[in-house]
Amino acid sequence: MFIRPFAALAMLGVLAAPTFADAADKPTDPQIAHIAYTAGVIDIEAAKLAVSKSKTKAVVDFAKDMLRDHEAVNKQALDLVKKLKVTPEDNATSKALTKAATAERAKLKKLKGAAFDKAYITNEVAYHKQVDSALETLLIPSAQNAELKSLLETGLKIFQGHEMHAEHVAAELK
Amino acid sequence: MRLAWLLPAAAVLFAAGVASASAATVTVTIDKLVFSPAEITVKAGDTVEWVNKDPFAHTATVKVGWEVMIPPKKTASRVMTAKDTVDYFCRFHPNMKGRITVAP
Repeated sequence: MFIRPFAALAMLGVLAAPTFADAADKPTDPQIAHIAYTAGVIDIEAAKLAVSKSKTKAVVDFAKDMLRDHEAVNKQALDLVKKLKVTPEDNATSKALTKAATAERAKLKKLKGAAFDKAYITNEVAYHKQVDSALETLLIPSAQNAELKSLLETGLKIFQGHEMHAEHVAAELK
Repeated sequence: MRLAWLLPAAAVLFAAGVASASAATVTVTIDKLVFSPAEITVKAGDTVEWVNKDPFAHTATVKVGWEVMIPPKKTASRVMTAKDTVDYFCRFHPNMKGRITVAP
């Protein structure tokens, strides 16, 4: 299986330390593919929660946009690893990302109404910023395969766009 | 000649500023979240068509104005009027920006 069941990743994540590994510790292409895919899955899971919990149109619409885009990016990623015959490799960064996301989702699940909307969107802004920075400073510079690098660059533009979109929604909620 | 009697009519239309006699289609390609060319100049009555090569849905949205939905791998278009000198962006990815200038 390309991606392990979310629960298994979460359990492994308990052992992980900082969210993104040191820049000195360059990830390999199979690890980068795993990290990028995991980052997408995390946002998809958060979006599904928002679609089921939020009653605010702007928030639900935003979450559906996240679902649609990240599913499309991850489909491209799957097609690419298949084509390149690369097996994505789980790693400390993926585990730490999943661990943090699991904790965030548990927090969100307890909230309702306006409190949920605000927490979800605030986290979306922060999460996308975090992934943007990882893509820019670590993942894109470390990627060896040109097609993987190109897909990550598209992913960066998607994430940056989502960050701006999330900021717009956050402004609407106030 | 058929064209001979058409010409004065076209000239009247042009002078009235309604539309140019030959409406053109100007294509903007969307690839990897970039509008290309980002800036275009058209005449009133011309059609702008957006060809979306991405697997993602995009929009061409004018703030407090019109919006064209551009589904993944599809083409969408809009006929421009004299008032359409505008900056536009993608509502889903506001980092995607374009500009349309309508020449007199």
